[in-house]
Amino acid sequence: MRVALFVTCLVDGLFPDVGKATVRLLERLGHEVVVPPAQTCCGQMHINTGYPGQALPVIRNHVEAFEHADVIVAPSGSCAGSVRHQHADVARKHGDAKLAEAAADTAKRTYELSEFLVDVLGVTDVGAYFPHRVTYHPTCHSLRVLKVGDRPLRLLRAVEGIDLVELPAADTCCGFGGTFALKNSDTSTAMLGDKMSAVLSTKAGVLTAGDSSCLMHIGGGLSRLRSGVRPLHLAQILEHTR
Amino acid sequence: MTTFLGMPAGGGNLTGEPFPQAAREALGNAQLRRNLAKATGTIRAKRANVVGELPDWAQLRAAGAAIKDDVLANLDEYLLRFEEALTSRGTHVHWARDAEEANRIVTDLVRATGTREVIKVKSMATVEIGLNEALADIGVHAVETDLAELIVQLGKDKSSHILVPAIHRNRSEIRDIFRREMPGVDPGLTDDPRALAEAARRHLRHKFMTVDVAISGANFGVAETGSLVVVESEGNGRMCLTLPRTLISVVGIEKLVPRWQDLEVFLQLLPRSSTGERMNPYTSVWTGPTEGQTSHVVLVDNGRTATLADPDGRAALRCIRCSACLNSCPVYERTGGHAYGSTYPGPIGAVLSPQLTGVDRNPTLPFASSLCGVCYDVCPVAIDIPSMLVHLRERVVSAKRATPESTAMRALAWAMSDARRWRRLVRLGKFGRLASRHVPLPGWSTARDLPQPPKETFRDWWESSR
Repeated sequence: MRVALFVTCLVDGLFPDVGKATVRLLERLGHEVVVPPAQTCCGQMHINTGYPGQALPVIRNHVEAFEHADVIVAPSGSCAGSVRHQHADVARKHGDAKLAEAAADTAKRTYELSEFLVDVLGVTDVGAYFPHRVTYHPTCHSLRVLKVGDRPLRLLRAVEGIDLVELPAADTCCGFGGTFALKNSDTSTAMLGDKMSAVLSTKAGVLTAGDSSCLMHIGGGLSRLRSGVRPLHLAQILEHTR
Repeated sequence: MTTFLGMPAGGGNLTGEPFPQAAREALGNAQLRRNLAKATGTIRAKRANVVGELPDWAQLRAAGAAIKDDVLANLDEYLLRFEEALTSRGTHVHWARDAEEANRIVTDLVRATGTREVIKVKSMATVEIGLNEALADIGVHAVETDLAELIVQLGKDKSSHILVPAIHRNRSEIRDIFRREMPGVDPGLTDDPRALAEAARRHLRHKFMTVDVAISGANFGVAETGSLVVVESEGNGRMCLTLPRTLISVVGIEKLVPRWQDLEVFLQLLPRSSTGERMNPYTSVWTGPTEGQTSHVVLVDNGRTATLADPDGRAALRCIRCSACLNSCPVYERTGGHAYGSTYPGPIGAVLSPQLTGVDRNPTLPFASSLCGVCYDVCPVAIDIPSMLVHLRERVVSAKRATPESTAMRALAWAMSDARRWRRLVRLGKFGRLASRHVPLPGWSTARDLPQPPKETFRDWWESSR
């Protein structure tokens, strides 16, 4: 299958290893990966901070960038969630019916990585090997916007050598929330503190999730504590072989 | 949103200091954090059990939302039908455009009875409009009879939760409040829950027997029959509804359901979502005054019509005040209710309060959420609170002139809407490698390290490797 990678702005600029891992994983599974050059960002930060009007040209750019893609895969539940559940609405509310229609079409072709692997490719064992103690944080938007359910866990359970330990209160938000972490940094920090306690209680050496944004948040806190816990995106574990 | 001249904005107890500052204070209170985590955790687990056992919960939830949407779409007709049904059974109906007018109506009615004291059924609407304060101004003492409201009142405190107003207090704090403030209480009172309940019982029984005017709210009003419904746990509400000779009920105009049979849906949704019980201990329904009683209903707008005018915000009026969103919210669990500054805290408060008052008077509440989405999942009438918060953020932003934030956002959107511009900006990130180690990002860097920008962006790697 020819897969168009929506790498997301955060992965492109700050976590390129996550993008590389996604490419290598999909190629190992026998698929062709393309990176449409016109892509930038989904515009979620603008939408969620109160600037949906400003996001409109960003959405238009995204829709045009992926116009000819059969399937679009993003290593992010949050960005895929914005494409699927916000783009068409924002366009409609700003009176651009044509863009809304095109955005709804893009949405139908867009998948978060674990959804794509499990639902479209029908694989749970991707042939990965990762002999480490890992705990998994289900990110809010993957869980409650996209409803990926236990797909990431099914993928992780099939990884050879992995010691997957359950994260207590796993489905509680880590406190990132985009600009929430800046506008309400004290509340965000309190939420982060509880999330880090949960992660540390598992004695896992690796924390994984399907979103680099949440990992940047929890990982930033764990780094500040010099905890030694490594944040790794789901794609980076699934890409790892013997 | 379309607003019409003369549409009343909500007054009363709906605003406070900005959320980030109020939250900062609350977050530092270790006792509060412990009390809240314990209480919300317990109710969350109970709710999950009793909701999970109903095979038709999704249908009930959809029915609840649909009935409320029908009420909101035809509110004008249902209100008149309700008024007619009430009047035909001898209840006096009053209309209040805002908190001030509602308080004036109630204080006039109370003054006319000559009483110095009234007993109260737990009611959010009367807290919203600040009725106790208005009564105090005319020298009338309002006695809260709901145990938790009584604790809050005796502690000269404010409610921090819709259903459990004293959720921020543990039992030893309650014992101290009773010892200090309850007239004639045993000075050796312990913090045993039964001893505390018995002390409250003695205190309140005396009030039930001697005070002749009661004030209630209502969980529901049935348009078809003119029935009012109060759902409670303790039975103290029922004492207030039945004993006094004058009963004044203060009801928000959105509290209606069209038909008697609609209660079947809500009396399942409400107790399971709020206290995590299959059925609440006391459900009082009254249709017209009981014998020898004078009854009044005050229908309050206080910003509800203005809320109704916003197609993307009006679903907040479906709310049945169950508190499931508060108990599930990771923000509420950590800050508690006082940080929201309004009678309505938590996720529903963050969308309802700014709409009732106008966003200009509550500009920080729509941002008091990480948009994790739990509130939407647990809401028994399917209010999409996260999307509504996002919508209200836009209203807050568009009400302001250019700010440094809006300018930065505009520049970023300009860059993001064209790949060439954007890639140039992302590449600059490389030069940020040094900066990120030394320049703190306000808010972020207090507790988190910033990621170090990579030497090569993904896109540059992709192009050089292919």
